[in-house]
Amino acid sequence: MTIGVKKVARPEKMSFGESLYLLEIMKGLAVTMGHFLHNIAHNKDIPTIEYPEVRRTMPARFRGCHRLMKRPDGSPRCVACYMCATACPAKCITIVAGESPDPAVEKYPVRFDIDMLRCVFCGQCVEACPCDAIRMDTGWHTPPEDTREKLIYMIDKLLEK
Amino acid sequence: MTPVFDIAVAVARVAVFFAFVFGLVVIMTWVERKGAAYMQDRRGPNRARILGLTLGGVFHPLADALKFLFKEDFIPDGAHRLFYQLAPMFALAPAIMTMAVVPFGPPVTIAGKTIALQIADLNVGILYLFAVSGMAVYGVVLAGWSSNSKYPLLGGLRSSAQMISYEVSMGLSVMGIIMVFQSVRLSEIALGQGALLFGFLPKWGVFVQPLGFVLFLTALYAEANRTPFDLPEGESEIVAGYHLEYASFKFSMFMMAEYIHMVVGAAVVATMFFGGWQFPYLADKGFVLPGGFSVAVPAAAVLILRIGSFVGKTFFFCWLYVWIRWTIPRFRYDQVMRLGWKVMLPLSLLNIFVTGLVLLYIDKGGF
Repeated sequence: MTIGVKKVARPEKMSFGESLYLLEIMKGLAVTMGHFLHNIAHNKDIPTIEYPEVRRTMPARFRGCHRLMKRPDGSPRCVACYMCATACPAKCITIVAGESPDPAVEKYPVRFDIDMLRCVFCGQCVEACPCDAIRMDTGWHTPPEDTREKLIYMIDKLLEK
Repeated sequence: MTPVFDIAVAVARVAVFFAFVFGLVVIMTWVERKGAAYMQDRRGPNRARILGLTLGGVFHPLADALKFLFKEDFIPDGAHRLFYQLAPMFALAPAIMTMAVVPFGPPVTIAGKTIALQIADLNVGILYLFAVSGMAVYGVVLAGWSSNSKYPLLGGLRSSAQMISYEVSMGLSVMGIIMVFQSVRLSEIALGQGALLFGFLPKWGVFVQPLGFVLFLTALYAEANRTPFDLPEGESEIVAGYHLEYASFKFSMFMMAEYIHMVVGAAVVATMFFGGWQFPYLADKGFVLPGGFSVAVPAAAVLILRIGSFVGKTFFFCWLYVWIRWTIPRFRYDQVMRLGWKVMLPLSLLNIFVTGLVLLYIDKGGF
């Protein structure tokens, strides 16, 4: 027998009542009607979450959409070291570094784009970051958009979350 | 009375019954989806809204119709253009025609004229019904063939085999009813069911022909291509079967045809096996209960009760389609054929034989 094939035990023969079908169909009808009536009477028991209006509260350790952290003065904490872009297995982070106006900081990101269509949400960028500048704790999965361009998140969008 | 009166009555009857059937079709598309959702612990359609009101999704049929109207009317390159466009009409026209012979109330007398509450009281009644509904298979087969695509062709093949097989047992299963009520007119069959059986049981078709009822109902589901016999559509095997290549309003014509078949089928079951417009123990003048009691009811109330009872029964059988659909999974193709030819056909012949014997026994003075 091929590996992984599971043999399900079936009754050798159906009893006369079962082979008539009608009684079994009645039982099935009773089950579906039971669900129907229960769901009408106890509307709140339906597990559906009505998404745009009601949102599931994600657990605290849920890792979803990225955000970039800011320093107390409002500039990005990121120093454009390319650690996250290097660690990224999906190669979805594009960074262009520039010289920082602040003498205490060497570089800052002129561009910092994350292509959310390629991102696999592995969290390697967060692990790699030496400055704790990128986090995935927004409690959000990527919301759907109607164009691909809107799903490439630029630095402004990443900073405002 | 003038012919104008007759024409007005004829037009009014057609208009009323059309409105009834199409209204029920619209309601059924909503009931189907909402019923499915609640049986499967879901919420179902609840997004379409007018002025901020959703009312449990009742606006969805409206949204559907608008959507179908504004979609592109697409014809595949390889399709046979004439037959491809004719097929939805072939599907819809017989479906609409079948509703003509179903009586939705007792004859009423207005201004000295007796008016049958039925579009056409044909003397061939049931035979007309079978002849016309048998034509529905042409729409399906034409659609399957003219689309020039593999899945529709498979769907068309399946449905031609299935609908023709089940037509046999469907026709034979109502023979019992015709024998008992001595008529093929649906109006007379409905009238005959007003009598009482053994003095307390309404003489409904289901009580005199229980086996015939089960066989007819099964065959009806197979004829209407509804689950558990929806092999011509079979979403999980052949995508959508015969109407796979259809879009926009042509698709919605197939959809409407299916729902009209459902509604008319439900009305026919109600008429032949559940007394049609007969209300239990309600005679022309009022209630006559088995114990010898009688309660007088005004004539208008009697009429309303009777039409209401027909509407109620029709609605119940429409609901039964939905109920069955979300209860029983689809049969395998060989199982459908085996059930049709090896079980239903012999049983319907047996039903005719036993009915004949019992009728002969009663005729000779038995019971």
